Amino acid sequence: MNKNPNKAVRFWLVTGALAYLIIPWYAIQDTAWYSVLLQILGGAETANGVVQAFVNGRIWLLCGVLGLGIAAIGLAVPPGRPQSIWFLTGGLGGFAGLLGCGFLIGATGWSFDTFNAVFGELAVNQFGMGIGGFIALMSLLMISAFGLARLGYFKGDLFVASAVIGCSTLLAMFIAFPVVKALYSAFLDPEGHFALLAIFRRIGDERIWGLGCLADGVRCGVAWNTLFLALCVALGTTVLGTMMALLAERAAGPRVQTPLRVVALLPIITPPFVVGLGLILLFGRAGIVNQFLEYAFDIEPTRWFYGVLGVWIAQMFAFTPIAFMIMRGVVQGLAPSMEEAAQTLRADRKQTFFTITLPLLKPGLANAFLVGFIESIADFGNPIVVGGQFSVLSTDIFFAIVGAQYDQGRAASLAWILTLFALGVFALQHALLGKQQYTTVSGKGDSGIAMPLPDAVRRTLNAVVYPWLAFTMVVYLFAFIGGFVQTWGRDYTFTLVHFKTAFGLEWGQFGLVWAGTAWNSLFTTLKLAGISAPITAVVGLLIAYLLARTDFKGRGMFEFVALLAFAIPGTVLGVSYILAFNVPPVELTGTGLIIILCFMFRNLPVGVQAGTAAFKQLDKSLDEASLMLRASTAQTLFNVVLPLLKPALIAALIYSFARAMTTVSAVIFLVTAENELATTYIIGRVGNGDYGVALAYCTVLIILMSLIIAMIQYLVGERKLGRRKTGAAPTVLAVN
Amino acid sequence: MSYGVEFRNITKRYGADPSGPLAVKGISFGVEKGTLTTILGPSGCGKTTVLRMIAGLESPTSGQILMEGKDVTTLGPAERNVSMMFQSYALFPHMNVVENVGYGLKMSGVPKAEVRSRAVDALKNVGLVGYNERMPSELSGGQQQRVALARALVLEPGVLLFDEPLSNLDARLRREMREEIRALQQRLSLTVAYVTHDQSEALAVSDLIIVMNDGLIAQSGPPQEMYERPDSEFVAGFMGEAMLFPGESKSDGRVQMGPLIITPKQPVVAGAVKVAVRPEAWQIDRNGDGVTGKLIKSSYLGSYFEYTFDTVLGNIFVVSPDLTDVLPLGTQVGLSLANHGVSVVKLA
Repeated sequence: MNKNPNKAVRFWLVTGALAYLIIPWYAIQDTAWYSVLLQILGGAETANGVVQAFVNGRIWLLCGVLGLGIAAIGLAVPPGRPQSIWFLTGGLGGFAGLLGCGFLIGATGWSFDTFNAVFGELAVNQFGMGIGGFIALMSLLMISAFGLARLGYFKGDLFVASAVIGCSTLLAMFIAFPVVKALYSAFLDPEGHFALLAIFRRIGDERIWGLGCLADGVRCGVAWNTLFLALCVALGTTVLGTMMALLAERAAGPRVQTPLRVVALLPIITPPFVVGLGLILLFGRAGIVNQFLEYAFDIEPTRWFYGVLGVWIAQMFAFTPIAFMIMRGVVQGLAPSMEEAAQTLRADRKQTFFTITLPLLKPGLANAFLVGFIESIADFGNPIVVGGQFSVLSTDIFFAIVGAQYDQGRAASLAWILTLFALGVFALQHALLGKQQYTTVSGKGDSGIAMPLPDAVRRTLNAVVYPWLAFTMVVYLFAFIGGFVQTWGRDYTFTLVHFKTAFGLEWGQFGLVWAGTAWNSLFTTLKLAGISAPITAVVGLLIAYLLARTDFKGRGMFEFVALLAFAIPGTVLGVSYILAFNVPPVELTGTGLIIILCFMFRNLPVGVQAGTAAFKQLDKSLDEASLMLRASTAQTLFNVVLPLLKPALIAALIYSFARAMTTVSAVIFLVTAENELATTYIIGRVGNGDYGVALAYCTVLIILMSLIIAMIQYLVGERKLGRRKTGAAPTVLAVN
Repeated sequence: MSYGVEFRNITKRYGADPSGPLAVKGISFGVEKGTLTTILGPSGCGKTTVLRMIAGLESPTSGQILMEGKDVTTLGPAERNVSMMFQSYALFPHMNVVENVGYGLKMSGVPKAEVRSRAVDALKNVGLVGYNERMPSELSGGQQQRVALARALVLEPGVLLFDEPLSNLDARLRREMREEIRALQQRLSLTVAYVTHDQSEALAVSDLIIVMNDGLIAQSGPPQEMYERPDSEFVAGFMGEAMLFPGESKSDGRVQMGPLIITPKQPVVAGAVKVAVRPEAWQIDRNGDGVTGKLIKSSYLGSYFEYTFDTVLGNIFVVSPDLTDVLPLGTQVGLSLANHGVSVVKLA
């Protein structure tokens, strides 16, 4: 029997009270909250919640205290349904009051003009919410969740209740709220008034929707550019990825498995534009190919490679491995007995392949297509590196925000188009596939043997895939070599000067000096990615757990929002963050925290997916058995589920870390001079034509990431299952 | 009367749709303390849902669950004094035998040394000695079963639940474990709820049998009553083999079935009824009276014969333990009814 049913409630009540007492309430500008801990009894900015309320006249902060007080009465009531009324009134009331005041009262008094008119100007203002406010809100929210659980929701499980409410609030706060707010601002005219037609004035022009290219070769609109490119890339990567997967699983010998695995891993640990850089060294104006043509045939080098062709090829290289990984999982999941059945029904190998094998791959193909499409429209690095005059929506959004035009409304309007494209393909995928389920992996072992590919198919695959692999290797090799030569195209002497510029170390007066220009960005990136990765992995697995193992009202909605995070292009998320989080109550622009949050919520779907796949392989009766043995849900998670989920945990950790290290599109809006990231630093160098340093940095990143991944794998370790060797299929992740 | 578990008007609906079908359609029953109650029914009848609601793994849509008089409807599994043995055993694959058995104690905050000694005792109790450090994957099916049983027992639960515990064992081991579970239950006077779809298993272990059909309780009672006096066609057919014949209840309380007259054990209302007859209730008489039948099918099953006779009542299936006087096909015999295995049921 649970000896202390109110333990969790008490914990959050005390936490909430402490949030009011021992930490500053508001966000502290220019320094960290822990450095002003000694000034919490005074100071307009640094005071704790109680002082802010009584001394500084921000009396509305007391609704949180009131809420905690009401909830505390619930402790005197016997555990069970009678407590719910106290917990719910106190928790929800306090939460709604605090958050409401946060939105209503901003840095200049009332946030809405109507209130100024009705109540008159407000004498006191308030800043963005800080650590104290955040923790107090969280405590109130958790207490409300307990109230719901006591009412009988969530099967009365306090842990599940708080996890569901907590995760939903996070999703609402950091995905739904910023995206909706940003998209809404497309309907505001430059003066900030609502005007439904504003969006059409912004994006209804020739530059976006023009179809000139069809008629007379003048450039097409950006929207068409993006759509066309994304469709080509999605199609290309799906076809190539499927071919590679079939070859790897059904035709290739053990010798090529290693290069295949390396190729699959490379794009995860390298920034997406490395391929673009490598291609420039090959085909750019000073590239090998052009130089050879000039030398041999006296053809003037031009920038022919820059543009749609270059971007397409670069994205094909960058995203095919992702399609490969998705399709590989699907091919592995095909039950060989299906093909064997077809063959015993008089189908020859070719007929079997085209009537059974390929149709069964359909859901996987649709998934790979969707992921390829979204990757392409969200990609920022490659278009900026090899795009030349060819512009796409993601680059246009960037220039609308950071360029001379600084037009938020335009950025938001462009984000609308991007979001609609993504959601359109998402909806199309769901409509086409419907509820078709071709999952052929079951708990029962399939004793069949996979059919060898028909000869014609195998020959085609060989002819396409091997040259492609070789070419990929060449591109990466060039990117690698590029860091070691003086100036590409002119002076090919070996040098380490680029590494020295970026990562130089000197012995100064006071010891070691990090003299290289890249150290700063490298440390920042490592720090922020390092903080975000474990949180992402844990929250991702928690959401996966909730989706896989619990049933509650509103689960469908919860699942939908979690899924939606997949479909939102990184660029849109980045723009949303900068538009939504620059005013109280959440004022984060320019801090490292906003980058961490962006990393987190951009990579969350990956964690969720890794977890969902793993939970499918874990017998549900194991967690039920643990619950029956008087373990609480939290104890079950730690003692039973987590040890058995280690592979998924590693996968989620590695992916979220690697993707945080290499992402460009989402964070390019959020970096500042003091929070510069590795990828944005490299993009900056490329912008200056400083390819040597950029490539040297890429090389360092790739090596560093390989080491870190190896270390994570070593630290987290293998799961202990006794002598049984589970031939668990590697977790398949659609990387978005 | 003290019930270990009591259900009051419990319903259960899966999914959020309020117009969706009910898996359990309003049932009430009690499990007396220190007894073994079996919930029996075909797959999909809601019996596993009932068990999971006792465990606290599912919560009812409406109604009340009481344990030893206390309302536990909204409490989770950890807050009820229950433990359960799973069909798949659900042994934690990353813990060895002792760790598995001691898990529940450890989670309740019992000191480490005591956890171990109590776990070892529990294993001794179920007759598993010398396997303490093995991993579950290194044990046979029967041994895994014992570990699962020890793990459930070690917490000294007020109510012990079994979810088809014998379905993964072969026939021989099944009988052995069945007897062991019953012996253990009586020795420790445990309150047990036991789910199965196997009627012979239910008859062998139970103090009380509850037969469920389509989300409702069809009938409940002690094993012998359930077998001999089923009050519906469904229960008669589910509790062993039975053939149903149309009959006519007369005003004098007797029932006419074709040429046969039956005196039912419980009073019946006059009118059309059905009579359920167990195949072993027929008595074969080479030249006796009763229904005349001609043997048209015969199978030898080692310890008994199965015959099918063609009669005016249609084909009649009969089980005969008589191995000495074997009937050849085509034999004409008289069939009459013994005073057991015959019951009059309501019209379906």
